[in-house]
Amino acid sequence: MTTAPIRAPFQQRKRRIQRGDAASAALVHVLLIVAAVAAIAPILVVVMNSFKTTMGIFGAPFALPAGDTFNLQGYVNVFTKGNFLLNYTNSIVVTVATIAATVVLGTMAAWALVEYQVRISPLLTGFFIVGIMLPIRLGTVPLIKMMVATHLIDTLVALVLVYTAMQLPLAVALMMTYFRSVPGELKEAARMDGAGELRVLGIALPLVRPGIAAVASITMLPVWNDLWFPLILAPSKANQTVTLGVQQFVGQFQSDYPALLAALTLGALPLIVLFTVFSRQFIQGLSAGYGK
Amino acid sequence: MIRTGTRYRLLALFVLPALAVYVAFSVYPLISSVVLSFFDSGTQGSSTFVGFGNYVHLFTDKYSSERFFNALGNNVEFFLIHLFVEVPIGLLMAALLTSHSIRRSRGVYRTLLFIPATLSVVIVGFLWRLIINPLWGLVSFPLLGDSHTALPTISLMSVWEYVGIPMIFLYTALIAIPDDILEASRIDGAKAWATFWRIKFPLIAPQFGLIAILTYIWTFNGFDIVYALNGSAPGPNYSTDILGTLFYRTFFGSSGQVADLDLGATIASVIFFIILVTTAAYFVVLQRRIKTYEL
Repeated sequence: MTTAPIRAPFQQRKRRIQRGDAASAALVHVLLIVAAVAAIAPILVVVMNSFKTTMGIFGAPFALPAGDTFNLQGYVNVFTKGNFLLNYTNSIVVTVATIAATVVLGTMAAWALVEYQVRISPLLTGFFIVGIMLPIRLGTVPLIKMMVATHLIDTLVALVLVYTAMQLPLAVALMMTYFRSVPGELKEAARMDGAGELRVLGIALPLVRPGIAAVASITMLPVWNDLWFPLILAPSKANQTVTLGVQQFVGQFQSDYPALLAALTLGALPLIVLFTVFSRQFIQGLSAGYGK
Repeated sequence: MIRTGTRYRLLALFVLPALAVYVAFSVYPLISSVVLSFFDSGTQGSSTFVGFGNYVHLFTDKYSSERFFNALGNNVEFFLIHLFVEVPIGLLMAALLTSHSIRRSRGVYRTLLFIPATLSVVIVGFLWRLIINPLWGLVSFPLLGDSHTALPTISLMSVWEYVGIPMIFLYTALIAIPDDILEASRIDGAKAWATFWRIKFPLIAPQFGLIAILTYIWTFNGFDIVYALNGSAPGPNYSTDILGTLFYRTFFGSSGQVADLDLGATIASVIFFIILVTTAAYFVVLQRRIKTYEL
C-alpha cells in the first residue's frame, strides 16, 4: 500500500521508455536490413545469374531465372573446362593441413609459454606476438629461393609451411589467453598424481577447446582465400587452389558469362557455409587474438 | 613446483617446433629480403655487395622512381579511403547491432553483415566488375576504365568486403561494456544518442587505434583486389598501381618488364620499413597516450 505512490511515476516513466524503445527498435531494424541487403544482394545477384543463359544474364540481370532463361550450362562448362574438383581438393588439403599444424604447434608453444615461466619467456612471447603484425608476403623473394633450393617449389607442402608460419603468432597469442584461465589446482593435482607433462597438457586441453575452435576458424579464412602464395609458390595446374583456379578461369573464359558466374558461385559458397556455421568461434578468435 | 632447469628443458621441447617453422618461413625470409636488397646478383649466381645502390636506383632512376612514388601515392589513397569510409560505417553497424532494442536478432544480422569478408578478393573483384558493368545498366560510366575513378572504385569494393572487420572489433568492445553502467544511464533518463557518445564511445576509443594500425598494415600490404581486377597490368595510366602490385611486377616481371629480384627485394624492404616505422610509432606514442578505461 505504502509503496503505491512511489511506484506510480516510476512505472509511467518505464512505459514511456518502452514506447520509445519500440520506435527505435523499428528504426534500428530498418537500418540493419538496409545494411544486410547491401552486404548480401550483390552475392545473390551473382548466384542467381549463374543459373541463367547469357541472354538472360544481359537481358534482365535482376530477374530470377525463368523457363527460357534457366540454364545449367555454366556449371557444366566449369566442371568440363576448368579443374574445379582438383582445385577444391587442393584447397581442402592445404587448409586442413595448415589448421592441423597451426593448432598442434600453436597449442604446444602457448602451453609452454604460460606454464614453464623462465627468464626468457616474456621475450619469447613477444617474439611470437610481433609476428601478428609481420607482413610475411614481403619475404617472398627469399621464400622463392628457399623453395627452389629445397625442391618444394610448386608443391602444396610449400603453401602449408608458409601459411603455418603466417598463422602461428596469432594462434600462440590466442591459445595463451585460454591457457591462462586453466585453474592451477587442476594441473598441480595431476602432477601430484605423477602425471607426465604431456599428460597434464592432455588434462588441460578440454578446458581450452573453445580456443582451439577459435584458432581453427580464424586460420581457415585467410588460407583458403589467399591469392598471392598460390600464384607464386604453387601455380601449376595440378596444384592450383580454388582462389587461383577461379582467377585463372575467369581470365581464360572472359566471355562465357554463365560459366564465369558459376565459377564465382562455386568459389564463394563453401566459405559462406562454413562461416555461417562457425561464426561465433570466428568472431571470438578475431577479437581475442588482435585485442591484446 | 618444477625446477628451473627442467622448466627450460620443457619450454624448449614444446616451443621449438613452432619456433622453427615461424623463424624459417616468416622471420628469416623477411630479414633475408632486407639483406638481399643490399646485393646485386649477377647472371652466374654470383652476388656483389652494393650498399644502398639498389635504393639509390629505386629513388633516383627516372623510370623506377616515377613508378615507385606513383604506387606510394596510390597506396596512401587506398589506405585513406579504407580508413575514412570503412571505419565510420563499421562503427555505425556495430552501434546498431548492440542497440538494446534488438537483442534477439543480433546474431543473424551480425552473420549476414560479415559474410562479404569471408569471400576471396578474387570473387569480390569479379562480382563488382560485373555489377558495375555498363551493359547491366546500373552504372553507365566505365568506372574501372578511367584513371580518376579506377582506384576509388577498387578501394570501395575492398571496403564493401572488409567493413565487417572494424564492425566486429567495435561490436565486441561494445558488448563488453557492463550492463549496469548502461542501465544506470538509462534510469537517469539519458537518451540512446547521449549514452552512445558520452559513455560507450569513450570506452571503445582505444579500439580505433588498433583498427587504424591494422588497416594501415593490411592496405600497405595490399595486392589481391588490384591483381584480381587488372592482373599485373597497373590499370589505366598506372592509376591503380599500389606497392604490392609494383613489388609483384618487379620481381616476377611482366610484359615489357624483366624480372629483377634485387630491386623486388628492395621494394619489399621499403614497404617493410614504411609499415615497421608507423607500427612502432603507434605502439610507442598512441598506446601510451590513449587512456584505457578500466572496467
